[in-house]
Amino acid sequence: MGYRLSNEKFNKLLDGLKGEYKIYAPIRFPKRGRFSDTDLIRYGEINKVEDVVWIEKSNYSPKEIVFPITQTLFYFTEDEFKESMVHNKKILIFLRPCDINGMRRLDTIFLNNGPIKDVYYERLREKVKFVMMECKDGFENCFCVSTNSNYTQDYSIAVRFTSNEVFCELKDESFQQFFSNLGTEMNFKPEYIEENSVKVQLPEVDKITTEFFNHDMWKEYSKRCIGCGRCNMACITCSCFTNSDIAYEENPNAGERRRVWAGCHIDKFTDMAGGHSFRQDYSSRMRFKTMHKIYDYKKRFGEHMCVGCGRCDDICPEYISFSNCINKVSKTLKEDESNAQ
Amino acid sequence: MHNNPYLPQKMRILDVYPQTDIDITYKVECDIKPENGQFVQVSLPRIGEVPISVSDFGDGYMEMTIRKVGKVTNEIYNLQKGDNLFLRGPYGKGFPIENYRGKHLIIAAGGTGLAPVKSVINYFYRNAHEVKNFDILAGFKTPQDILFKDEIDLWRSKFNVLLTVDNANEGWEGHLGLITKYVPEIEIRDLENVEVVIVGPPIMMKFTAQEFLKLGVPKHKIWVSFERNMSCAIGKCGHCKIDETYVCLEGPVFNYTKAEKLID
Ligand SMILES: Cc1cc2nc3c(=O)[nH]c(=O)nc-3n(C[C@H](O)[C@H](O)[C@H](O)COP(=O)(O)OP(=O)(O)OC[C@H]3O[C@@H](n4cnc5c(N)ncnc54)[C@H](O)[C@@H]3O)c2cc1C
Ligand code: SF4
Ligand code: SF4
Ligand code: FES
Repeated sequence: MGYRLSNEKFNKLLDGLKGEYKIYAPIRFPKRGRFSDTDLIRYGEINKVEDVVWIEKSNYSPKEIVFPITQTLFYFTEDEFKESMVHNKKILIFLRPCDINGMRRLDTIFLNNGPIKDVYYERLREKVKFVMMECKDGFENCFCVSTNSNYTQDYSIAVRFTSNEVFCELKDESFQQFFSNLGTEMNFKPEYIEENSVKVQLPEVDKITTEFFNHDMWKEYSKRCIGCGRCNMACITCSCFTNSDIAYEENPNAGERRRVWAGCHIDKFTDMAGGHSFRQDYSSRMRFKTMHKIYDYKKRFGEHMCVGCGRCDDICPEYISFSNCINKVSKTLKEDESNAQ
Repeated sequence: MHNNPYLPQKMRILDVYPQTDIDITYKVECDIKPENGQFVQVSLPRIGEVPISVSDFGDGYMEMTIRKVGKVTNEIYNLQKGDNLFLRGPYGKGFPIENYRGKHLIIAAGGTGLAPVKSVINYFYRNAHEVKNFDILAGFKTPQDILFKDEIDLWRSKFNVLLTVDNANEGWEGHLGLITKYVPEIEIRDLENVEVVIVGPPIMMKFTAQEFLKLGVPKHKIWVSFERNMSCAIGKCGHCKIDETYVCLEGPVFNYTKAEKLID
């Protein structure tokens, strides 16, 4: 079923939803961007449709809603472990098809990797419903069509924003009550992007051997990458974290155990006591991340991890292009194969 | 929350056994029934959490041997009998004891690497009829670094134990040199019925495995145990991943045929 709502009516809809839901969408933080005078676009709670930044790509993904940058696991008072609490509202997220597909990768790691579920992820994730923002044209650096993540049917509502009205497709009956009396019924189906200007050739998984890990093609990244980890932070599918404890300064007998985002490009990721460490060279970190996104995750779970959102390319201060890197992997493998023949 | 896997249990320290200046074995009261070679996550609230191998276990207790090397282990070092440790686990895959039954078992352990295999040795010490032969090669940096001295002496009564140190002052009358030097001295009569376990620092495991391969031991008869940075121990945090393998889930014990393909 579809509806056509003026922005004003859509805001009434949001008002109605707010009682039950925390509503998240990409929003603008003026002058907080990568370069002076640019804005930062990241996820936050919205009040009205005008808050939603839908004509640009967000710099950061919606993962922080279900996997917060910093999350308290336990509070300590002396020897007691008290679990942190979570708000009691449901969650509605406005996001594009690539990110919905990316969310499934996060689900795979947090809920299905190994026999034990991550309950801190699950307790937020099970509250979530998706509002898919139609994405017909994509943006700079996107390559979702190549990674097969331009399309999804996993949403409750799909929306097309225009300057003054919103077209909605309603799939989830439970939202019907919020729409009644608001807009005019119509037939609306979202459209999907069919071609990006950036295309990647994903390597065939069985063509990659561990010898390839030491291939010369990685060398250029040892100088170019500075190990800042911005690509990890922006990525919808990067899911690593580190647990650590803190004692409160004002009361050292109390404190908390928390987890914080971690990234495989950043120093200390593999450090062990006694000075042991792996992947000290930045090129091996680039190789490690790349292989995870387009090789080993697929070996383990049957689909590629990368969903082609291109945020890693957008954010890299050294202008390292991940799509170029993927294409280089495929090209190098082909060349090596034909040389061997 | 229901079944929070990150929530540890408080466990009372029944006894502490100092091993060296910096290594202490802690015996805690607990019902955890680990496999040989598994590990637990040990923590102290407000200080932090670390992965530690189970060095032995029995009815109602478990032992861990912890080296003082940094933030968390320094605090653990100060604990006494009657204090508490916080534990969750056990985690990972341990040694496949069933594969070793009836075989010629060889264990080569370097330094703290002896901790994760000690329960295997003690299992066969208590059930000596279950192995055909048993050679133990243990190497430490200096005589002061030797762990489990009393138990090593006990093992000598039933098995062939070779204890060596890399460096020693005058007065040391035992073997001198790296473990690799002594591997060729082990007599292996039946290469099809041998099982070799190697645990220690990465370099030690690499070169010791090479020595056994030179003797003709097939790769699939060699077992190693890995150490990697770990934060969650349940396949979520990503720190321990090598290629598509999660050391906390599929390891820390690996067959050599798998281990040799794990490129960090
Ligand atoms: C499977 C496994 C079994 C282990 N068994 C034992 C054992 O039986 N006895 C023993 O003494 N030690 C063992 N270790 C090593 C032990 O975990 C480290 O010595 C300990 O984490 C050091 O923590 P720290 O805070 O005292 O040191 P610091 O140097 O202050 O901190 C090290 C930092 O690295 C992190 N870290 C994560 N994983 C590791 C790791 N593997 N090694 C070192 N640091 C790590 C810590 O959480 C911490 O943040 C084992 C490690 C693993 C992975
Ligand atoms: S690797 Fe880059 S393109 Fe792929 S999902 Fe992550 S941020 Fe997006
Ligand atoms: S690839 Fe770019 S964004 Fe990622 S760590 Fe290297 S320099 Fe930073
Ligand atoms: S320790 Fe967290 S994934 Fe293995």
